[in-house]
Amino acid sequence: MDELTTTLVDWARGQSALTAMYHWLFVPLTLGLSVIMSICETIYFKTGNDEWKRITKFWMTLFGVNFAIGIATGIILEFQFGTNWSNYSWFVGDIFGAPLAIEGIMAFFLESIFSAVMFFGWNKVSKGFHLTATWLTTIGASLSALWILIANAWMQYPVGMKFNPDTVRNEMMNFGEVVFSPVAIDKFFHTVISSWVLGSVFVIGVSCWFLIKNRNSALALKSIKVASIFGLIAILLTLYTGDSSAKIVAKVQPMKLAAMEGLYEGNTHQAITAFGILNPEKKYNNDDDPFLWAIQIPDGLSILAYRKAGAFVGGINDLIEGGYEAETIKGEKYIMPSMEERMKSGKLALNALAGFRQAKSEGNSDDMAKYQEILEENYPNFGYAYINDVSQTIPPVDIVFYAFHTMVLLGAYFLLFFIVMLCVYGRKNPNPHRYRWLSWVGLCSIPLAYIMSESGWVTAEVGRQPWTIQDVLPTFASISKLSTGSVQTTFWLFLILFTVLLIADIWIIIRQIKKEDFDKSATQDHNESY
Amino acid sequence: MDKFIFLQHYWWFLISLLAALLVTLMFVQGGQTLLLKIGRSDIQQKMILNSLGRKWEITFTTLVVYGGAFFASFPLYYSTSFGGAYWLWMIILFSFIVQAVAYEFMNKPGNFLGKHTYQAFLYINGIVGVFCIGVAVGTMFTGAPFTVAKGNITETFMPVISTWDTPYHGLEAFLDLRNLLLGAALVFLARIGGAMYLIFNINDQDVVKRCYRSVIVNTIPFLVFFLSFVIWVFLSKGYGFDPQNGAVSLIKYKYFLNMIQLPYLIVMFLVGVVLVLFAIGMTIVKKGYSHAFWYEAAGVLLVVLSLFLALGYNNTCFYPSNTNPQSSLTIYNSSSSLFTLEVMAYVSLLLPVVIIYGFIAWRAMDKKRIQASDFGSTGDGNM
Repeated sequence: MDELTTTLVDWARGQSALTAMYHWLFVPLTLGLSVIMSICETIYFKTGNDEWKRITKFWMTLFGVNFAIGIATGIILEFQFGTNWSNYSWFVGDIFGAPLAIEGIMAFFLESIFSAVMFFGWNKVSKGFHLTATWLTTIGASLSALWILIANAWMQYPVGMKFNPDTVRNEMMNFGEVVFSPVAIDKFFHTVISSWVLGSVFVIGVSCWFLIKNRNSALALKSIKVASIFGLIAILLTLYTGDSSAKIVAKVQPMKLAAMEGLYEGNTHQAITAFGILNPEKKYNNDDDPFLWAIQIPDGLSILAYRKAGAFVGGINDLIEGGYEAETIKGEKYIMPSMEERMKSGKLALNALAGFRQAKSEGNSDDMAKYQEILEENYPNFGYAYINDVSQTIPPVDIVFYAFHTMVLLGAYFLLFFIVMLCVYGRKNPNPHRYRWLSWVGLCSIPLAYIMSESGWVTAEVGRQPWTIQDVLPTFASISKLSTGSVQTTFWLFLILFTVLLIADIWIIIRQIKKEDFDKSATQDHNESY
Repeated sequence: MDKFIFLQHYWWFLISLLAALLVTLMFVQGGQTLLLKIGRSDIQQKMILNSLGRKWEITFTTLVVYGGAFFASFPLYYSTSFGGAYWLWMIILFSFIVQAVAYEFMNKPGNFLGKHTYQAFLYINGIVGVFCIGVAVGTMFTGAPFTVAKGNITETFMPVISTWDTPYHGLEAFLDLRNLLLGAALVFLARIGGAMYLIFNINDQDVVKRCYRSVIVNTIPFLVFFLSFVIWVFLSKGYGFDPQNGAVSLIKYKYFLNMIQLPYLIVMFLVGVVLVLFAIGMTIVKKGYSHAFWYEAAGVLLVVLSLFLALGYNNTCFYPSNTNPQSSLTIYNSSSSLFTLEVMAYVSLLLPVVIIYGFIAWRAMDKKRIQASDFGSTGDGNM
């Protein structure tokens, strides 16, 4: 008999992680830069000042290069659900497919049709039509994020569905619950607004380079002003939505929260780790200290997760052992079941499903009803049927912990960053020569924004392991039956192709920045072209 | 008609419409393969690149939406075909990944791979991508080797429901001549569409003259491949099923019978063929005729739509399994639930809105044809 190999699952996961992380190198800049250039064009539209048109065009050029590679890396993400996660596609396609299709119909057409007007329509359509096209491209990009994040949020917190043993899949019962799930709303705002942060840092960083080189100062100073105001608003909202997502994670994915904090034994008045170095020897079943070194804030995690200093926050071992009082997102109290209980319940559900199908083939409706009842009762733990050992239910703590803390520390850094930028460059006649060091800080902060953004996704997605659908389907039951060699081959092909394209993308962007001559562009208004 | 059955038919219609739009819009891919043949000078190539470059994203998006809509409405096809015919789909995906950067990167300084690499990307997309899409669609007529066993989910060691019955994962589709004929027909059809579009969109005698020639040259292989495919498929057996018990069986002349039993299909098909032939004929016969593209587009849309409807309607298996016929996919056994199809039916009302604003934007951009002087002043030709 065939048996699933963990290497196949790992390579498929690796490929998904690789393609998603590459894609995410380009998406946040698209989301952030699009708003900034739309603002710049709106200023141009209102004031008629030609400088703002040239500023818009400059950022639009960089947007275009980045946008193209975003599309290139994006198409694989959609089809990968089918190619590498065949079982997943059937098991939840009834719910998951819908937002993907809506994303295409609602957002991608908007983006693709109006971006052509935006890039090439400067001398073809009216100023008003052009501005509308730019904003519609921006809205299209954000709408696309909305629907794919609704889909992703549903994987973290599956709602609005019911398992149908006849069709062997989950079926949507309530579209509103899927779309307006608190996880989806929070995820959308946190992800999109944090992308505005990245876009602002990019604009400030590039502008700082001009200041360092003493070129295009008018473009640079105006751009910094717009981006630092926009960025400051964005980082404040990002911190706010980040705080509320921690609160949600505590309830819907407590294991993820425990991993984010490296927390094995939870407590009331639980401290939060501001930063620390994990003890690599620590396992869930030994008594080693989880940290080699850590700075902790008393009561911090209890307050973050439950808004009460005395609240109990479960650690990894508490979640394995269960038995403490926890709360759902709707505020209902329940006793946390142990992993063993969940595995037992999951196996009951799976066996009931097999029994149901057997009874159905025999036409025995009494048995069908009996099995269906057992199945429904135990369905919330369905995915645990595939778990053989409790250790499988723990995500890789080190990756999740470091990713989470990197994100948070960089978030705090960028709050300071935008305040300083605004204080220095928001003034009437700033003197960039006096603050050369600050320009260097601005330039060097660009990669930090990318690290922050990617860390956020690593926290969310690695922290979700081993689940593709929380508690309902683990990665190793979501797979396509392929040879490991096939998936390995495509993994390397994607790695090589995307790396080559990334290098091209970065070089082109650098060359475009270097050749920008703001004063010269005032006298030349040529048609945009490929 | 039962609401569920109605929605399953409605969604198959939308999938067919998206497929028809996709094939129609593949004039972009066809045009890409004519870039060097028709554009002999730098400026001519630039005109062609910019003419196609304002449309490529629409075709690309249609492909993505086709995939997304198929996922939402018939997820079992998504999980069976993509996860099974892995290599076939991977080739298609790679050919579209490289297309997506080609336009933007080709003429930009610092593009690392050089202009010719990106031109090659456009060729790969135009030939390999289109050909493989034809092969993949061909398997919807000729069948694929897969088994669907939903009970597998309870096998914790190997819970995969849809499995492929050959180790070649899609490459075996290249062994059926009918699939290859459809692939080849699509490649030449796309080139005809591309040439007609350029005639319509570019104001340059030299370019237009070569486009006319290109229409003539590509028509012959297109007709040979397309007619052989259609005649062969119409004369072949096809998989149908008994709506009472779902039993799948091979039925003689199945696809031809579908066309006759649903007479609007044969009407659409014939009108479409006549429109395409009319477009080709006018291009060849009437000097300076520039509107053939619209007739060709309408014709292709109708032909593909009728063939796709014949695949799914009239108790036909739209994705037959030739190793395990009972596993064949139909619009009934592979669709989403009633509720999801209903929600998505409301969403589908956005499609006409998309078509309307797409049309407005297209017209605003194409009021004036592209000509050499558009790019005259910029020496290096960058944005």
